[in-house]
Amino acid sequence: MTAVPLQPPRRLVSFTLDGEESRVPEGSTILDACRSAGTDIPTLCQGDTLTPKNACRVCVVEVEGARTLAPACSRRAEPGMTVRTDTERAKHSRKVVLELLASSTDLSTTPRAAEWIKEYEAKPDRFGEDAARVDEQPKIDNDLYVRDYDKCILCYKCVDACGEQWQNTFAIAVSGRGFDARISTEHDAALPDSACVFCGNCIEVCPTGALSFSTEFGMRAAGTWDEPAQTQTTTVCAYCGVGCNVTLHVQDNEIVKVTSPHDNPVTHGNLCIKGRFGFQHVQNRD
Amino acid sequence: MDLRYTDAVPSDAEREAVDALLGPPPSGWEGGAERTDEDLRWAKGGASAARDRRDQLLPALHTVNDRVGWISEGALNYICRRLTVPPAEAYGVATFYAMFSVRPRPAKVLHVCTDLACAARGSAAVCTDLTDRLGPPGTPAEGAVWQESPCLGLCERAPAALLLQAGAEPSGAEPSGADGNTDAGSGSGSGSGETFRHSAVVAPATASALVAAARSPLDAPAEPSPAAAVPQAGDPALVLLRRVGTVDPASLDDYRAAGGYSALRRAFALGPAGVIREVLDAGLVGRGGAAFPTGRKWQATAQQADGPHYLVCNADESEPGTFKDRVLMEGDPYALIEAMTVAGYAIGARQGYIYLRGEYPRAHERLAHALTSARTRGLLGPDVLGQGYAFDIEIRRGAGAYICGEETAIFNSIEGQRGEPRSKPPFPVEKGLFGKPTAVNNVETLVNVLPILEHGAAAYAATGTETSTGTKLFCVSGQVARPGVYELPFGANLRDLLDLAGPPERLRAVLLGGAAGGFVRPDELDVPLTFEGTRAAGTTLGSGVVLVLDDTVELPRVLLRIAEFFRDESCGQCVPCRVGTVRQEEALHRIVDRTGAAAAEDIALMREVGQAMRDASICGLGQTAWNAVESAIDRLGVYK
Repeated sequence: MTAVPLQPPRRLVSFTLDGEESRVPEGSTILDACRSAGTDIPTLCQGDTLTPKNACRVCVVEVEGARTLAPACSRRAEPGMTVRTDTERAKHSRKVVLELLASSTDLSTTPRAAEWIKEYEAKPDRFGEDAARVDEQPKIDNDLYVRDYDKCILCYKCVDACGEQWQNTFAIAVSGRGFDARISTEHDAALPDSACVFCGNCIEVCPTGALSFSTEFGMRAAGTWDEPAQTQTTTVCAYCGVGCNVTLHVQDNEIVKVTSPHDNPVTHGNLCIKGRFGFQHVQNRD
Repeated sequence: MDLRYTDAVPSDAEREAVDALLGPPPSGWEGGAERTDEDLRWAKGGASAARDRRDQLLPALHTVNDRVGWISEGALNYICRRLTVPPAEAYGVATFYAMFSVRPRPAKVLHVCTDLACAARGSAAVCTDLTDRLGPPGTPAEGAVWQESPCLGLCERAPAALLLQAGAEPSGAEPSGADGNTDAGSGSGSGSGETFRHSAVVAPATASALVAAARSPLDAPAEPSPAAAVPQAGDPALVLLRRVGTVDPASLDDYRAAGGYSALRRAFALGPAGVIREVLDAGLVGRGGAAFPTGRKWQATAQQADGPHYLVCNADESEPGTFKDRVLMEGDPYALIEAMTVAGYAIGARQGYIYLRGEYPRAHERLAHALTSARTRGLLGPDVLGQGYAFDIEIRRGAGAYICGEETAIFNSIEGQRGEPRSKPPFPVEKGLFGKPTAVNNVETLVNVLPILEHGAAAYAATGTETSTGTKLFCVSGQVARPGVYELPFGANLRDLLDLAGPPERLRAVLLGGAAGGFVRPDELDVPLTFEGTRAAGTTLGSGVVLVLDDTVELPRVLLRIAEFFRDESCGQCVPCRVGTVRQEEALHRIVDRTGAAAAEDIALMREVGQAMRDASICGLGQTAWNAVESAIDRLGVYK
């Protein structure tokens, strides 16, 4: 059982969501309200453990009286607000944003991307064969994880997790500008030469698979990655006494990657290099 | 914070430049020669230490770039040590700005403007000639490198170029404004016995003048006085421009003799609430493009309980075709300083910032000189005019990023972050610079405060129309006989303005409001130049751009340039803008020589992308990136 710390009571805010009166705790975002009302709004860059950066703009909704659409992930519900999630304008923006992303980056390992592209009838091909793409080769400069920025949607989550929101390591940041912006270390140094401590918390929050365990990257390349066949077991990390929860992802009796439950009050999904990557000794059968 | 630096060390010149800005390193932890015993008794660092001086990051990058011409790994390491900034973040900031380079390049960089106004007046030919004589853009030759540049704000003298030379300041050099030599060229080039010049403006530019200037910046011709950009100079009807060309911009006495500082005295007599009431009654709205009521912004800032309050002057004029703020700052710098003092007093700020375009060396020099003399005379500092009000102003130089004119991107830029806009709400009046209540006003807006206080709100509001009060500055460029900054009362129409500037014989279109504005047809010249009038006509005044194009101009190329501009200047934070501006440019490339059915599919595609950019982008850049193209298609029938 997971212990849930009690929060001080919060006032309720009433607003109108898709024509229905909705009451949510003060400070809730429109996305929170939608989820508790059972409305599914697509989002790529929103993460449950980080402050929303609202960079992907897939979750935009229409707020009555506003000139532009609002990102549901970060706009807080205000008393008396009238929000519609399913207007033509909102659906149009979502469709085009999905097209823009899918035409410039590789969304093949982004959960639900294909489903949403179908749902919104997005056609990423219509920008033509010459449409500019991110076009990056995977960066393999260490044994633990791979950075494949061809899949990166620049959601800033890895930067936030590496920086002041969790790890306080600040090994990576966004460099460059516009379409040439990339997640990068200083002077594009290799990870082992950077401040990176290999906690892997950036992998934990990456929504597209641009950051992945070397094991997963290698198995995908070899065509042996089989997620449905994997089992997940959550246990306690044995390396020290903090008591972090680790979830072992096992395929064919081999640990293939390690995550951590986001609702765990000790880790909130974060681990250190040992908990995240130190699993080979378990399966060293020599 | 896991601060880890590479082994690269700064050169002596780089270290010297940074130390000149920040002072010598106080300890080994910050890059001092070695760690003393005392250093080893305490540890420095942590997130709070970093935040203290993070705002010196942009000035520190500037100082190295000014000295060496580019920012090496060693220099970046040293800056990071001095400021306790993670190197990856500092690298992210350094690579955000167009004026910085993280790769070696020659000390002399020649920026040749190829933007709208310059393109309309022959920049393409200049670039072709330059390629013949110096090689293609980006290739170093003879100690210099030239590159194409977005609008330099020198549109009245198009085609324009700006030469920046890195190097050490000669010892004992005086900035040229200080000795009253007001019309010497920009940069620190007028002191005795000097052999160095940081910057030279060559406009109008020819390839041979540019090659000569690149060889020997000292021999570049002096810039004409700012008054040359004001065709109406000397006209007694002028309000905002009345001192440009008639007073010495380096002389505080001249400024005071011409009525300067009477507005500030009136402000002290009225008290902060009284000043805000006057500005509200005058009906002043922001001149930066958004037309928000200035008094309401000030009131909202003044009312915030959280403190300190900040005032930021947005002098990052980068909209293609806009140069009015440059002319005001170069020709009448004390007016801006007095107006900021009034504004600061009204909102309860003790510190103001002028966020100045990096490409405006002469405005920088004139303002810096004016600030120093105002401080010396007690018009800034701990006790302004003996009224017990403490206020001072700092200039922050931008480094080549149009997006930094967005009000929240300015905050990030000043704070030493990447110049990316923030999501609103919260609005700046609540959480702005350093997370504190902040009023952001454009240069022209602030200067309007002076006539309001000098003559009273009623007298001010008597000029113009009911909802657009006062006078407005227009930046007229392109194919007119007398390009420049014009001042007209609100309510005059476009035809009146063009008559003053000398319209071309065969007018094809007028771009109103800049790259984010819209086109007006020759049969629509009766559109009144007011906020409500242009809105009713489906266009905008924006920042006051009036770019006049005759029928020799190939409109599809103009649109392509606009699209290139937005693609280059998108910060990259949100998807609709980052990718949408690229897709827009690609579509315009495909149809550049096409019309009718051959263009229809791409136009439909652009409409869809444009709508999503307008609806879903975080800030105004993405939201307006499709405006001009859309109006050219719908109002000018450019691809018919």
